[in-house]
Amino acid sequence: MTYQLLNHTIAELYRRCPAIADFFASHNMQAHAKMSITLGDLMDSQKEHLFTESATARDSFVADLASFMVQMQLLKSDASAKVESITVIPGVDKSGTPEPCGVTLKTGEITAVVGPTGSGKSRLLEDLECLAQKDTPTKRRILINNVVPDEETRFGAEGMVAQLSQNMNFVMDLQVSDFLTMHAESRMVENVSNIVQQIFATANELSGEAFTMTTAVTQLSGGQSRALMIADTALLSAAPIILIDEIENAGVDKIKALALLIKSNKIVLISTHDPLLALNAHRRVVIRNGGIHKVVTTTKKERANVHTLQQLDALIADIRWKLRNGEEIVTIPAL
Amino acid sequence: MKLITVAGPPSCGKTSVIIHALKELQQQSATSGVVKFDCLTAQDAADYHRMAIPVKTGISGGLCPDHFFVSNIEAALEWARQKEFDYLVTESAGLCNRCSPHIRDVLAICVIDNLSGVNTPKKIGPMLRSADVVVITRGDIVSQAEREVFAFKVRQVNPRARIISMNGITGQGAFYLARVFSEAPEVKTLLEATLRFTMPGALCSYCLGERKIGPDKQIGISKLMDFSR
Repeated sequence: MTYQLLNHTIAELYRRCPAIADFFASHNMQAHAKMSITLGDLMDSQKEHLFTESATARDSFVADLASFMVQMQLLKSDASAKVESITVIPGVDKSGTPEPCGVTLKTGEITAVVGPTGSGKSRLLEDLECLAQKDTPTKRRILINNVVPDEETRFGAEGMVAQLSQNMNFVMDLQVSDFLTMHAESRMVENVSNIVQQIFATANELSGEAFTMTTAVTQLSGGQSRALMIADTALLSAAPIILIDEIENAGVDKIKALALLIKSNKIVLISTHDPLLALNAHRRVVIRNGGIHKVVTTTKKERANVHTLQQLDALIADIRWKLRNGEEIVTIPAL
Repeated sequence: MKLITVAGPPSCGKTSVIIHALKELQQQSATSGVVKFDCLTAQDAADYHRMAIPVKTGISGGLCPDHFFVSNIEAALEWARQKEFDYLVTESAGLCNRCSPHIRDVLAICVIDNLSGVNTPKKIGPMLRSADVVVITRGDIVSQAEREVFAFKVRQVNPRARIISMNGITGQGAFYLARVFSEAPEVKTLLEATLRFTMPGALCSYCLGERKIGPDKQIGISKLMDFSR
């Protein structure tokens, strides 16, 4: 492939893979000014010290460029299209006795993970994250589309699993628009401004308080950050599986967030203590003493209670709002 | 014996990453030793001792740390051979990011952390560019988007490396890294082995301890910036 590349003009290479602009830039090479010459000629025109300064050599630069283009091509092909189900094959619980249940999760479905604090909910999410193969303390085994995932899938950089936890914060010093643009570009999206606009609008729908494109991501409130993370992960992340460790109580429209996640056609697991989230899921996995104790499919009857729960939730939200505004809570209306 | 060179910017989590991987190998009854190369001080020896991992610390002091590394690596290998370790891991901090301790045909690992900023992969040069495996730490506290962008930026600089994300606190990901360690090539000697990247072309009065500033003090190889443009 390297020899073929050398005969192409820079313009042709740009057309094939626009991301190489960044690759040249990260090697301090001014390729955009030399569109009409071939890569070979560009290489010949580079002084040796330029390669040295960017810690490479001519041959390895071209080889790296070739593998970079292959990687970018892989990124473009949608990994999530290939995953239809994941299966947890039981291992052992904290006492070493066999785990009672396993579970199969399908795309477009939401599964809640419930159980007391310390029961092992996070451990299940971790097993899924690393696609455990009897090599974690739980000895669980995870299958993808009913087969054992190959090493490349397990080791793969871009990962099968996106994670959202309450410990996660934005750390980049960028405003919302630039942040989303950067993410979209790294995902090789065709129409960057379109997806940026879409994520921004969706995040604002989920968030209680509106924010603008020029707000710095580090300045967003807790609820706004979570809303942006959920929208961004649902609409832009490459990973076909999303693991969520509790959605904030305040500041995020949980029901809308769930609807968005279902629409994103990914496999979603939410570890939660929130009844509203648990009953809105398709099923719930009950964890006890480190093992899956039970898998409960949400029945129609249970679903009928969602409405009541939603009213309760709205009632509490209303009281919260009043308290925040310095109002006095004299009576609480009955449902 | 297998030799593994681990490099990364200061405080990126190298020691935790190595300890977790070696703990994993301990469970498979493999023995390992660590040589920690540092510039001024090194406090990590205690962490290794706690895990019952033998460790030697070398402080480069007035010398360029990577130069110090090369001068001592063969002796380090000899130490590990005498102790009959299955694995010898060297840990060194890339201080000015100019150099790298990576050696041809020796497993080369670069540790870099999600908090260091998206431009860091571009800045740290050969220790990342020439690594076989890049371990990215502190993914547990940044957003999914930032993790994806960061991995992408690492890819841009080193498209060939295998990327492993690891949590230095819980050790999540150590299993993979241990597996990669176990696939490292056997190293018998480093005589005649070649570094993956050159050392700086500098031998000047300051290398020899000069502290005064001024053109007449600069004897030897120097490079001047052009401020007229």
